[in-house]
Amino acid sequence: MEKHCTDSRVKGVSTGVSKPAPEYVSSKTINKVIQVHDRIFCCMAGSLADAQAVIKSAKFHLSFHSVQMESPPQVIAAASVLKDLCYKNKDELQAGFLTAGWDKKNGPQVYVVSLGGMLISQQVTIGGSGSTYIYGYVDAKYKPNMTKEECLQFATNALALAMGRDNVSGGVAHLVVITEKGVEHVVVPGDKLPKFHDE
Amino acid sequence: NVKEFCGSAVRGIINVETVVNRVMNKLSPLHDKIYCALSGSAADAQTIAEIVNYQLDVHSIEVGEDPQVRSAATLVRNISYKYREELSAHLIVAGWDRRNGGQVFATMKGLLTRQPFAVGGSGSSYVYGFVDAEYCRGMNKQECQQFVVNTLSLAMNRDGSSGGVAYIVTIDEHGTEEKVILGNQLPTFFDQ
Repeated sequence: MEKHCTDSRVKGVSTGVSKPAPEYVSSKTINKVIQVHDRIFCCMAGSLADAQAVIKSAKFHLSFHSVQMESPPQVIAAASVLKDLCYKNKDELQAGFLTAGWDKKNGPQVYVVSLGGMLISQQVTIGGSGSTYIYGYVDAKYKPNMTKEECLQFATNALALAMGRDNVSGGVAHLVVITEKGVEHVVVPGDKLPKFHDE
Repeated sequence: NVKEFCGSAVRGIINVETVVNRVMNKLSPLHDKIYCALSGSAADAQTIAEIVNYQLDVHSIEVGEDPQVRSAATLVRNISYKYREELSAHLIVAGWDRRNGGQVFATMKGLLTRQPFAVGGSGSSYVYGFVDAEYCRGMNKQECQQFVVNTLSLAMNRDGSSGGVAYIVTIDEHGTEEKVILGNQLPTFFDQ
């Protein structure tokens, strides 16, 4: 999930990876938050194999684009590159992305590239199998213009709740804070996540 | 969804039957102080509720006093379990009795478990996170009702098959109170 705070982006992802039916979790510690440029990160969703392949290609396109433009790429450029790959190969691929970052022109932004290749900009988004369980929580608790600490707490809480309910989500929570000044990684192992009321 | 608070149970239900009826009341009385929330196939759920209503009447005459909530839930569970291949309904049973105060029981597919709160129905997946985060033991009646209304509002916002009207029933030792909240009177949250 990602959100837009006053001057930064916080992205968080939980790390379970599974194959579809029969359900089997092949790894609980995959990092699904990938850096595609200095201030632009992507969360992968869907088939991890497809997502990794797309990101590899997108990283190359983006760095080439950045050399041509002689400046760091805009976040929307990164999102568009992913969108093109997802849309043109929609029949073969099953991957979606949450792209977030900071650029000089528009500050912090969040974009969603869905499975079929739709690209939209949002203030806060969630994705992945565990996301259905936290739509209500995110709708209720998100406020625009939160501070960085509030944002981190919100993301950690939401991830903890989703991991609590979804059987194929879990392991470790990776959070990344992106600001004009730089990038900060926060990793929260499963046992250090906030605990909520458990029936 | 249904929750227990200090001495009673508050249940709320959202109402939309996809095409047929947008304002069906899915809170069905099983006895004076015991209600059940219907979800899944409306036909199956209503039939179970009617059968249990009758069985509970007989049972309460036999014991000579008001039935326990657990008895009602057990009757629902017996039917759900025996016909679990044919039925597709989930009834959440809640109420108040003198012995154990307010209680909530979930009976999906034939299990029977007492819980501090329960959510069910198509819109429930979207609010699992919210209820996990916000529920706390020892809420009073107003807090509980507000919690139920907020949860329903969030679920209705996200689920295409939920919406319309919210029915809330509050059951405690003093009696049963039914309330209806129209769609446009529900609280609103952050909307992108």
